[in-house]
Amino acid sequence: MIIKRASDIKSSEITDKSVYLRRREFLKAAGIVSAGAAIPGLLVARAEAAAQKLIYKKNAAFRPNEKLTPYQDVTTYNNFYEFGTGKADPARNATNFKTRPWTITVEGHAKKTGTFDLDELIKPHALEERIYRLRCVEAWSMVIPWVGVPLADVIKRMQPTSKAKYVQFETLHDPEQMPGQRGFLGGGLQWPYVEGLRMDEAMNPLPLLAVGLYGEVLPNQNGAPVRLVVPWKYGFKSIKSIVRIRFVESMPQTTWNIAAPHEYGFYSNVNPEVDHPRWSQARERRLGEGSFFAPKRPTLMFNGYADQVAHLYRGMNLKKFY
Amino acid sequence: MGQPTSKQILLIKTVLFFAALLPLAWLIWDGVQGRLEPNPVEAITHRTGDWILNFLLLTLTVTPLRKLSGLHWLLRLRRMLGLFAFFYACLHFTTYIWLDQFFLMSEVWKDIAKRPYITVGFTAFVLLFPLALTSTNAMVKRMGAQRWRRLHRLVYVIAIAGVLHFLWLVKSDIRSPLIYGFLLALLLIMRLPAVNQRITAFQRA
Repeated sequence: MIIKRASDIKSSEITDKSVYLRRREFLKAAGIVSAGAAIPGLLVARAEAAAQKLIYKKNAAFRPNEKLTPYQDVTTYNNFYEFGTGKADPARNATNFKTRPWTITVEGHAKKTGTFDLDELIKPHALEERIYRLRCVEAWSMVIPWVGVPLADVIKRMQPTSKAKYVQFETLHDPEQMPGQRGFLGGGLQWPYVEGLRMDEAMNPLPLLAVGLYGEVLPNQNGAPVRLVVPWKYGFKSIKSIVRIRFVESMPQTTWNIAAPHEYGFYSNVNPEVDHPRWSQARERRLGEGSFFAPKRPTLMFNGYADQVAHLYRGMNLKKFY
Repeated sequence: MGQPTSKQILLIKTVLFFAALLPLAWLIWDGVQGRLEPNPVEAITHRTGDWILNFLLLTLTVTPLRKLSGLHWLLRLRRMLGLFAFFYACLHFTTYIWLDQFFLMSEVWKDIAKRPYITVGFTAFVLLFPLALTSTNAMVKRMGAQRWRRLHRLVYVIAIAGVLHFLWLVKSDIRSPLIYGFLLALLLIMRLPAVNQRITAFQRA
């Protein structure tokens, strides 16, 4: 097990502290943004101007030769039911979401449990940019340059014990700030949002704890201040605005699995051969490609990450463990 | 308000005709402005779908409204409202088969056979054809009012299928389909003989 000591990391790789501090200015700017929310065009312009640049290294291993989905599309077409079930709702309703101070509580079968400040949790790691395909269970996809740290590296520092078979994540539950969690039906989901990974999935090099995209601090509607990105699974596995990480012995009950168990399994690996009961998963629409007269493209097994993750599921019937 | 003259009816119908095209104009305008991005196909499918249901419910509102208000000339607007439901259904289906499936007919047939929400949606679409084709005065005369009316009761099946189509496609937020379902249930309940008689009695009182 390799735990990077501070001296192992080149200073250029570390997020400059002033960058983290300047996030507060970003928040202030975001407050001004909400005043201009009545004019959508202005909102975008101001949010972009106010967005906080991150310092990171581009990971050459994850730079596929694919056209990036434009920033505008990535940040205005979101499934984040805590801020409303419409695709445009999160960008509208999350402008005032408070992302600092932010703590993450680590619980369960690990040696380093407790409540940690997010910045303290991320600081020992070098931020890197990885371009990943994102495949939504609704059969659309994007290509997004995320900035974050490998989940496995963060988990190693928490020192999970041998009893930790799964890791469970929870999103903030705050109906005051998250209108989607209020009121009648609550979008049909139970709160807080819960997701999970098998321990070997979590320790795979691919999953990222993302704090940014397009080189900037993660916009609120994309799961600020910290979200998971698991590129070989359907998008809903990549839980947003994480406040709790729990190491557990048995498979956690996850939100969409509770809502519709025969439609959303725990694994939810991208798989063109296993259809959603109500629609086909064989093809997908790549968003932001310009013309809607473009046919859908075939969906790839494990979203094209089979080389990195197929071994995790060797011998498993993926139709049964969907 | 008394019975409007033929000229006034014609004017009302002309206004209604252009008003019923506004949702399409609005959709095209949004498309030109780039407001359907980043998933225009989904936006077009949803918007045309909403307007099928809107026009179906409006069509079904005519008879109870006529009875409650005594404005019998409203009946003369019903055909156009029904035909606009059919018009938006054609747009909706064309969007699906062209922009969504790109005429991959093997996929389309698989969808229709395998996906319950598409099965009911497609059924509703097919059932609209006999109604649209027999909507002319000449056809009413040829069929006889009794048979024509019996055939056109299919609209109840179509509307129920349409709401089910919507309900079965949403992931978890069933609020919108529930609202449509509630309004449709209300309109259908008003047609139950027992309720209908009371409405008539209330009108006479």
